[in-house]
Amino acid sequence: MAETLSRPQNPREWLALVLVWGAAGLVTAVFCWLLGDIVWHGLSHVSWTFLTAPPENAGRRGGIGPILVSTSLILGVCLSVSLPIGIGTAVLLAEFTSNHSLFGRMTRRSLDVLAGVPSIVFGLFGNAFFCKTLGLGFSILSGGLTLACMVLPILIRSTEEGFRAVPTSYRLSAAALGLSRTTTLVHLLLPAAVPGLLVGLVLGVGRAIAETAALIFTSGYVDRMPESLLDSGRALSIHIFDLSMNVSGGDANAYASALVLVIMLLAINGTVSWLAIYGLHRKIVAA
Amino acid sequence: MTSLSSNTLSRWSTDELLCWSLRGIATIAGAIVILIVVFLIVEALSALQHVGLLRFFTDPSWHPAEGLYNLTPMLWGTLFAMTGSVLIATPLGILSAVFCHYYAPLILARPYRRLIELLAGIPSVVYGFWGLVVMVPLIAEIQPPGPSLLAGILILTIMILPTIALMADASLANVPQQYLRGAAALGLPRWATIRGVVFPAAKSGLFTGVILETGRAIGETMAILMVSGNVVQTPSSVFAPIRTLTANIALEMAYALGDHRAALFVSGLVLMAMIVALVVSAGWISRERMYG
Repeated sequence: MAETLSRPQNPREWLALVLVWGAAGLVTAVFCWLLGDIVWHGLSHVSWTFLTAPPENAGRRGGIGPILVSTSLILGVCLSVSLPIGIGTAVLLAEFTSNHSLFGRMTRRSLDVLAGVPSIVFGLFGNAFFCKTLGLGFSILSGGLTLACMVLPILIRSTEEGFRAVPTSYRLSAAALGLSRTTTLVHLLLPAAVPGLLVGLVLGVGRAIAETAALIFTSGYVDRMPESLLDSGRALSIHIFDLSMNVSGGDANAYASALVLVIMLLAINGTVSWLAIYGLHRKIVAA
Repeated sequence: MTSLSSNTLSRWSTDELLCWSLRGIATIAGAIVILIVVFLIVEALSALQHVGLLRFFTDPSWHPAEGLYNLTPMLWGTLFAMTGSVLIATPLGILSAVFCHYYAPLILARPYRRLIELLAGIPSVVYGFWGLVVMVPLIAEIQPPGPSLLAGILILTIMILPTIALMADASLANVPQQYLRGAAALGLPRWATIRGVVFPAAKSGLFTGVILETGRAIGETMAILMVSGNVVQTPSSVFAPIRTLTANIALEMAYALGDHRAALFVSGLVLMAMIVALVVSAGWISRERMYG
């Protein structure tokens, strides 16, 4: 539509033009400044030894090996709990309940609220429920379970969208063939809904590894190599926080850790858009 | 919903089993919010009984060791930081969505949208770290000490901008094409079309975006903790350090015991109440759109 409109003629149009381009320029400039700063200062410190060595002297020197292990363990716990619950709930909401039923509406409303709960409140809850009431203490297990509660709404929403994108003719044909709904779900709907599921999974992983506040009081600060899921383990984001706030002279390693975290998230972000483009394409071809 | 949602045609017992187990799973997912509220209340109860709700607003100061629990300075900190960042981020975010749809040449619009999506994915601790090492020293040059309400507002602005920009982008994309063609046929120039036709048509989506970004601004913890100085006081200027409710929890939870710990859960409840109010009003606005 941009082509159909003529060049600005009055001062108000000119002002709007300047403001809109100015806003876009400002946002781009801040983004480049932020990312450029992290890459510029972080790149010289990132090496294979940095990724594998244990931190020394409270993280001022050494690497982030055990921290990467803790981060992936926390992520593993989080996903192995949230995936079954998330997919199950999404299937129920998309295939087995009508949009107007009370149960569907209540579940959806409660998930909307859950999506908005501040991460520090998840931290409080995780500390009170998993660490204290269930007696798991400060551990990777508590941290992972707290994160599982946090990523559920994202996971459910995009998985549900995946199921809704499957054409109704699939379900009608399956019903006409006399297939049970379980068979239809497992053999027809689930494979067709995989792109939506993957997008949800990747978004959830992104949210989980970016999280700091919910983990401080659940998985703890310990930067040793974890020996079991009941050990306390420090996530990468907490490592950055600790180095920049509590450790003087930790800035160099904080920059390098921030760069590692940003690269992981950019990779995740790239995967999402790749999935969104190619997953959709494949589905259209299949249909 | 599909025509298969009624169970009358299904004669399979596995279907019954599947349906009930899915209902069980969904109940767990739906109950998490209730569980969170229950645990916040249980943990906060001792403070509410010993201290009473009123004293959280009337005590002379926040000195938990001496049994003084005034939350109002933190409440002001949260409100000021939230208001400031929402006021700056809303016009910027809406303008950048307008840029994507009506001003940018196609070759710029797509990379710009990707850039906003990337901004949305950057973790808050990275924003906080950048604010701490880059922005705070710059502010300190203008007016010491540096860690301040202003730093908090600016970092929050950058963090919530993608939320409003992406929401505005989605709601501008939903404006019917014939509205735009009608405006073009009337010979309206670009900005007049946007102000007179596009904004009114996209109003409810834009409001929902503002509500969502407000929620993010209230709940943000790490970034604002790292840049805003964390002094418990009602700020007298934008250069004064502040402490928000969220930062207060993150800072003191590590060593809080007894009533002090319970008082932190009270502030968690306050945050939760704000978020529930926002989500309910967002739901209300989108229902208006459905029937309006």
